Amino acid sequence: MVSLYYIKCFLIRITKGPRKFLNKIKAIHSDGSSHAVALLTSPSFSPPPLLYPLHFLLSLLLQNLSNSFPFSTSLAPLSLYLEFVPMAAFSAVKIPPPQFTTVRSSSQRPGSSPFQSVHSSSAFNSISFGSAKSVRSRPLFAVSSDVVSSDKTKAASSSASIPAVTREVALELYEDMVLGRAFEDMCAQMYYRGKMFGFVHLYNGQEAVSTGFIKLLNQSDKVVSTYRDHVHALSKGVPSREVMAELFGKATGCCRGQGGSMHMFSAAHNLLGGFAFIGEGIPVATGAAFSAKYHHEVLKQSKPEGLDVTLAFFGDGTCNNGQFFECLNMAQLWKLPIIFVVENNLWAIGMSHLRATSDPEIWKKGPAFGMPGVHVDGMDVLKVREVAQEAIARARRGEGPTLVECETYRFRGHSLADPDELRKPDEKAHYASRDPIVALKKYIIEHGLASESELKSIDKKIDDVVEDAVEFADSSPLPPRSQLLENVFADPKGFGIGPDGKYRCEDPLFTQGTAQV
Amino acid sequence: MASLQMAALLSAPSTPVASDRVRVGSLRLAARNGSALVVRSEAKVSGGVSARGANLITHAVAEKAAAASSTDSKPGHELLLFEALREGLDEEMERDPTVCVMGEDVGHYGGSYKVTKGLATKYGDLRVLDTPIAENSFTGMGIGSAMTGLRPVVEGMNMGFLLLAYNQISNNCGMLHYTSGGQFKIPIVIRGPGGVGRQLGAEHSQRLESYFQSIPGLQMVACSTPYNAKGLMKAAIRSENPVVLFEHVLLYNLKERIPDEEYVLSLEEAEKVRPGEHVTILTYSRMRYHVMQAAKTLVNKGYDPEVIDIRSLKPFDLYTIGNSIKKTHRVLIVEECMRTGGIGASLRSAIIDNFWDYLDAPILCLSSQDVPTPYAGTLENWTVVQPEQIVAAVEQLCK
Repeated sequence: MVSLYYIKCFLIRITKGPRKFLNKIKAIHSDGSSHAVALLTSPSFSPPPLLYPLHFLLSLLLQNLSNSFPFSTSLAPLSLYLEFVPMAAFSAVKIPPPQFTTVRSSSQRPGSSPFQSVHSSSAFNSISFGSAKSVRSRPLFAVSSDVVSSDKTKAASSSASIPAVTREVALELYEDMVLGRAFEDMCAQMYYRGKMFGFVHLYNGQEAVSTGFIKLLNQSDKVVSTYRDHVHALSKGVPSREVMAELFGKATGCCRGQGGSMHMFSAAHNLLGGFAFIGEGIPVATGAAFSAKYHHEVLKQSKPEGLDVTLAFFGDGTCNNGQFFECLNMAQLWKLPIIFVVENNLWAIGMSHLRATSDPEIWKKGPAFGMPGVHVDGMDVLKVREVAQEAIARARRGEGPTLVECETYRFRGHSLADPDELRKPDEKAHYASRDPIVALKKYIIEHGLASESELKSIDKKIDDVVEDAVEFADSSPLPPRSQLLENVFADPKGFGIGPDGKYRCEDPLFTQGTAQV
Repeated sequence: MASLQMAALLSAPSTPVASDRVRVGSLRLAARNGSALVVRSEAKVSGGVSARGANLITHAVAEKAAAASSTDSKPGHELLLFEALREGLDEEMERDPTVCVMGEDVGHYGGSYKVTKGLATKYGDLRVLDTPIAENSFTGMGIGSAMTGLRPVVEGMNMGFLLLAYNQISNNCGMLHYTSGGQFKIPIVIRGPGGVGRQLGAEHSQRLESYFQSIPGLQMVACSTPYNAKGLMKAAIRSENPVVLFEHVLLYNLKERIPDEEYVLSLEEAEKVRPGEHVTILTYSRMRYHVMQAAKTLVNKGYDPEVIDIRSLKPFDLYTIGNSIKKTHRVLIVEECMRTGGIGASLRSAIIDNFWDYLDAPILCLSSQDVPTPYAGTLENWTVVQPEQIVAAVEQLCK
């Protein structure tokens, strides 16, 4: 790449371009903030008109050459985010990609939490800005990095070493992920058969995040989710029958059919929803964490294991929303026992995360508020689980919140109504090859934790569970009219006093659902 | 029925009543008192004459036997409205340790209108939580803690700031109990001062009752006197429903004598301020005082207006309102809301739906102009309803 740059300089010199043009090249290069291709293609760089054809040809040449460079998964993330920007002269106006400053050294980071060491590991220190590999238009891959601390590098994914989990745990994780996948596949089928309606958002591909985190929780810990909440509900323990019935809109659903796909609630399992608007659940989760702290400090209802932890799940799009930042601030301010889990699947419907965010690295936003920010490979359930263990332990001890960014991917569209045309096939193929269930299965078999036939029997068992859930939902009754007004108010006196002097809820028509309220 | 009730309200029974009835306080204007804004009331109980009688599901109201009601010198203690709110809040926080307050400057500062003064020292920083300036998020935090066992009181420093929290108030406060199939209740109280003040400018003079009234699952009440402020505050905290309590910036310094013994008012009932025969004037919050001022003029002119402070903005107490309309056949609504889509608009249509046959004249509604409240004092006065307009409206109604 460097040689091409010199060729260009040579060509410029022999064509006797204006002196200031040369000086400009020198000035940019000595700054160190860009290199040959970025220079040529940056929109602020305008060669003299005489050189337009040469400039264009050189850029095309560079583009095609860097096409063939292999993509490396072990490098630090920053350089990967630079997109190829065609030069301004030949293209319509494009918004330039974010320019990154160098990563600050770890000594500048606040606090001494174990998580800070994660990103000061070798991955980051090996950034070289002079590297020419990065800039062409490549598939938009997110970061993949090992999150374990230095003495346990690559433990989870290497074979023939001590397994990170016991057999029981491995099978539990496997079963949970298979349940999530099978359930969502069945949802898609049922939707296309007209059994459920509206907006249905499926979780295929992201199971490792849900399983990795939620399977570490106690019954009394809380989970707050978004509209992509079916699998969070299942992982938390809500029976698949109830979830399926809720999707079908039946009275036996977990919310009596009144919530639907995007509003899964379960008081028994401490699932605090299911929210349709982006970012809406994060303050609710912060409130639940506040409540846990309040119970401990004011009401003196402490538990031996520590504070009740709240998990808030949300996506990359939410991380540009005000509620996210406001709650990061408050959670750290009062050291609330909450973990902010970002399921960064790179796409908010059709909006690429990189097009929407000035600094796409979400984990960085944690330290900005004083809490640890961790990035983890969200396609690997064991890595997620390891990070989750640490974060949950921190929260239980009262050390405060953690921001965990999970790099993950949804195999299907945003919802069942999304044609999913914008995502490139090679990006999808890349992540399909990292299917968390396949990866765990491979891990289990390689470490001899279970046999193939045992795993197949789990698959079969889950298929039966899901079939049973569908049958149950199918045969359940629809909500009757009498249910219409029951849950509007916790205290139905809130409907007020009617003209006859009686409370409206005492009207016999009220229980029939036909009262005028 | 109506006259019985009126008789009960006018009389001051000295015998204690059965404790399972809801207490309804009422107050009587000290007639011909010099200053219009100072309201005196006597401790009253109206027990057995309530028409709602036996089939009421009575609220959990802590009542001591009314032993003090037989004192002859002035019973109770005098305080200002903001102190009454504080007293109510303090009593509830004392009684139930899950009651907590969250808002901007409620703790160390004592509240921008001093409603929470001294509470942080007494109950600690976690129970009286000073939040950063993030209305949407701390209201959501209040909702999340309400879902998990606490009873928060969220203060908006000015009601207008709660527009930033509209997302949480509408989607979560109002709807969450329903969408969860009744699994989670949200016993939250959202309160704050609103209304047109003294040249506070357009954004600090908003009346949010009209914006919130469509939200299903929400109850709204407006206090207007120290007596009903304390009673409504306590009732709102004890209610299992989310309640928005509207206070008014200009009413915080009203002084009144309120009972020593504990009392809780009903969130759904209206308050008859002045009985009358000729016209029913329905009002709430600060406009009550403009109405009472106009009432003096009207009485001098020979009219006899019945004034009802509706107190419950959502739902309307159609019983008290209906009884009044059945008596007078003429209705005037006086409110501080905007004309378009205000409380008066809803009230008017509710009255037409239910009491059309009893009306002898069209319902008149006096509301604020649909104008952003100007800063200049003269312009500001012209945007809200003044007593002269009320007098003119009554005269027109009773022609």
